[in-house]
Amino acid sequence: MPTMNIIQAVNNALRIQMALEPKSIVLGEDVGKFGGVFRATSGLYDEFGEERVIDTPLAEAGIIGAAIGMAVYGMRPIPEIQFSDFIFPAFDQIVNELAKFRYRSGGQYPCPVVIRTPVGGGIRGGHYHSQSPEALFVHTPGIKVVIPSNPYDAKGLLLSCLRQDDPVLFMEPKKIYRASRGDVPENDYTVELGKAKVTREGDQVTLIAYGAMLHVIEEAAAKAAEIGISCEVIDLRTLMPFDIETITESVTKNGRAVMVHEAPQTCGYGAEICSSLYERCMAHLEAPIGRVCGFDTPFPYSLEHEYMPNAARVLGAIRKTLEW
Amino acid sequence: MSAVEVAAVQTDDDLRRVLDDDGKVISGVTVPEVSDEELHHLFDTMLMVRIVDERMMRIQRQGKLGFYMKSLGEEATHLSVFPLRQDDWIYPSYREQGAWFWRGYTIEQFLNQLFGNCKDATKGRQMPVHHSANWLNMVSISSPVGTQIPQAVGTAMGMKASGTDQVAMTFFGEGTSSTGEFHVGMNFAGVSKAPAIFVIRNNGWAISTGTEKQTAAKSFASKAIGYGMPGVRVDGNDILAVIQVANDAVARARAGEGPTLIECVTYRVEGHSSSDDPSVYRNPAEPEAWGPRDPLNRLRGYMKNKRLWTEGMEKEISDRCNDEISKYMALAEAHGAPEVESMFDDVYQDLPWHLKEQKEYLLSQARTKNPHLHN
Repeated sequence: MPTMNIIQAVNNALRIQMALEPKSIVLGEDVGKFGGVFRATSGLYDEFGEERVIDTPLAEAGIIGAAIGMAVYGMRPIPEIQFSDFIFPAFDQIVNELAKFRYRSGGQYPCPVVIRTPVGGGIRGGHYHSQSPEALFVHTPGIKVVIPSNPYDAKGLLLSCLRQDDPVLFMEPKKIYRASRGDVPENDYTVELGKAKVTREGDQVTLIAYGAMLHVIEEAAAKAAEIGISCEVIDLRTLMPFDIETITESVTKNGRAVMVHEAPQTCGYGAEICSSLYERCMAHLEAPIGRVCGFDTPFPYSLEHEYMPNAARVLGAIRKTLEW
Repeated sequence: MSAVEVAAVQTDDDLRRVLDDDGKVISGVTVPEVSDEELHHLFDTMLMVRIVDERMMRIQRQGKLGFYMKSLGEEATHLSVFPLRQDDWIYPSYREQGAWFWRGYTIEQFLNQLFGNCKDATKGRQMPVHHSANWLNMVSISSPVGTQIPQAVGTAMGMKASGTDQVAMTFFGEGTSSTGEFHVGMNFAGVSKAPAIFVIRNNGWAISTGTEKQTAAKSFASKAIGYGMPGVRVDGNDILAVIQVANDAVARARAGEGPTLIECVTYRVEGHSSSDDPSVYRNPAEPEAWGPRDPLNRLRGYMKNKRLWTEGMEKEISDRCNDEISKYMALAEAHGAPEVESMFDDVYQDLPWHLKEQKEYLLSQARTKNPHLHN
């Protein structure tokens, strides 16, 4: 079985789907001959031609607007937004149009657009190459949000997204684009949407994260184990709709939990997860659910290392829940 | 004439016209081929829009309808769709009733949407005049203006990639040419040579804002030059000129020659919507000046000269239309709202767990009375 990083896994999924579904069209800035600034669409232009792998003019609202028009016409567009920090010119097209098309037309016009976009910090990209705007889209009824944490899931989740009929924001954690490597089958397979994965079992504290932060909580769990604390680690994988059963079961069992993401804390994605857990697990909770998140500041450049949640801070939160 | 020359039209003298204000053919111009039967159909449609508009605004004023938007004076621009085939696509804005009726949308369907009742094809999801009809390839209308422009281009790009000779037409007002989406959509179309036709209804007013506050360019059509496509100005109250220009644009698009921008110069004789009061911001003499250019009157004059129009014929259409409106209005009012549980349908293809929970919760609660019920 070949070893791939996330970029290669995404590329592999795109190639499989493009070959299988002639209606699929990749479009975006620099996705054609160049193969994307992160190389995720590398080779697709040569293999599938310029009508199906389109270098668009530099305008995100146009990329998403055109993708919507393609989808309602019956194509399967896969637009790329070069950085999720650049998604905001297309915010109206995503929030008011893409996510609402099926609903506002009474089901007449499904809009199966899968937007791929790199997300998150840790690459010394400063404010405009590091943000994590996922909660804004989770708060938008009508669109699904998926963030993989490893190459196997990246491929399987992306193929699942491309084979269902709802719009999806597929966010690729760029800090671990190349760093996360693993065995990825060359064959066609899918990973079910809406299902979290317990990546480590433990019976004291449940740690919940997604994307690049999954690796941070795994590191924290390993450090905790060294000092005799047993942590369960959950990779959410799909943020909307999220897997309420898996997290409820784990937190009910352990009575303690820590939620981690790099987006700002206030009204961040973790707020919803914590609230949902309080509603379901209150009687079993031994301590308030801890949150380790980005601060409520714009994403800093020089102090990025201080801004990003890390294993030490997660370990601190783990201790706090145990000592409460 | 090259594309760039066409795009450079900037003065009133370049306004394409076929009929004068009385409906007589201006000497020396080419008249597009329109059969007698088609002329009758065009007349029917324009008259129908006028009657429907009048009746709907009346019931809006009576408090039976939440909102309405009329098209008085702009009916001919809607029929830019004349050369389209049924397999072509239309991305309308909210003021092209004639395009819907021309295409086969019925008064019954129209009324059910306005009332947002359980027979509404869009399930009561949007406020009045936001129609959607996938069986006619007419795409769901959005209130934020201009969003449909890049979408129409995307459809046209899809048509091109699929190797069909279909085309996509989109409508919007001149105010919409100020949006980013106009620029973005036009630019995508120009670059991709997508088979798209952009129809600007320049009716002089974007709610209370006049054209001079939307652009410093001498015409809206002239903007086409920046996107490498032809831009044409046409008298939007002259149905034959509108058809002629639309014919050319559709033929170009079908032949793979790319997009065209059409500026239909017309006038919004009444308010923006039922919520508007133009007396606050414009001289009441201004709409009066447009009276003599009325598009329906000009078509009537043309058909009279061809002995295709009689008073009896017009009365018959008018009576039929009024009867139909009365019949379906009563039904539309009588049909109740969509079932409460339908609120959760079509958010996604399948109902996710959290919506299932919210649906069960809502159904477990006492029903709330609709304070806006109009009867």
